[in-house]
Amino acid sequence: MKRSAFAFAALIALTGSGARAADDGSAILTQRCAGCHNLTGPAPQTLKELWARKAPDLFYAGNKYRAEWLSGWLVKPTLIRTAGEFYADHIRSGEKSDEVDPATLEAHPALNPADADAATQALMRLKPRDQLIAAETIESGSISKSMGEMAFDKFLGCMACHEVEPGYGGASGPELYTAARRLQPAFIASYIRSPQAWDPKIWMPNKHVSDPNIQKMVHYLAELAKEPGNAK
Amino acid sequence: MPSKRSICIALALGAGLAVSASAKEPARDNYRTYCTQCHGKDGNGKGINVRDMSVQPRDHTDAKAMSGRSDDTIFKVIKEGGQSIDKSVLMPPWGDTFSDEEIRDLVAYLRQLCKCTYGASP
Repeated sequence: MKRSAFAFAALIALTGSGARAADDGSAILTQRCAGCHNLTGPAPQTLKELWARKAPDLFYAGNKYRAEWLSGWLVKPTLIRTAGEFYADHIRSGEKSDEVDPATLEAHPALNPADADAATQALMRLKPRDQLIAAETIESGSISKSMGEMAFDKFLGCMACHEVEPGYGGASGPELYTAARRLQPAFIASYIRSPQAWDPKIWMPNKHVSDPNIQKMVHYLAELAKEPGNAK
Repeated sequence: MPSKRSICIALALGAGLAVSASAKEPARDNYRTYCTQCHGKDGNGKGINVRDMSVQPRDHTDAKAMSGRSDDTIFKVIKEGGQSIDKSVLMPPWGDTFSDEEIRDLVAYLRQLCKCTYGASP
């Protein structure tokens, strides 16, 4: 018993302040985030559950986000999902087409930097989808913006739902001009390969994008995220 | 060594998940969730995504245009996407989202929206 207590104390000492911050972060997640975000899974299994979702699931946040982006965004949140979540609850008839009703979108609360760091550390521990991430190999490489855009818009049709620059593209999916700053490359690849593997009822279809095109899209999004005009 | 009771609970949970994940959704609900983003909340082809599209989505209330497509063609374009019938890549394949039965229900729902049948608009 004494020995195990000693080992436990040593473990605490070794893991140090990082673990403490993550524990503080877990408390923040429970108190301030769990009201809107699903922190435990599973993802919605029915449309009624999907419609009830108020914000992105975070139970696989550690498989999805880049920590450095997450901690910054939590201090100064910006709108990522142009039409909010669930999108159909935030649209109205417009003059030329349906349009987003901005009055129905709620701004994400901002955290102070210390809380944002702690919450980020706790979120980055949530990694139940390591296997999906491990199945992806991201090749080094690049693609010109024009070639990437041609594939994105014309060959794959992603622009139907996603913006690739502020004010250009669809609104029902998250904007993608900052995607590479927000998301881990392997997550981007895995999600394109099968959105349903992450979120069975999501309104993004599986387009059976080929491996070379998945690589192209990862590189294209990295290229987009470099643009100073898209900096947030 | 798990008890019989815990095995029983695990089996029941597993069965519950399997059923809920593949349970058939009503066509109206599927339409609202997946189709309205482009085809519009009123099915008129004017969804929130259309502003910058080079090819505009089909107006599902257009009886003349919709009566020009057979049920089989509509089934195919939903399941396999626009390119499967030489139409736009902007219409994606939904075969990993819907079961065949759900797609058949959607075809029937589209016939209600257009108030038409193949080859005969009112």
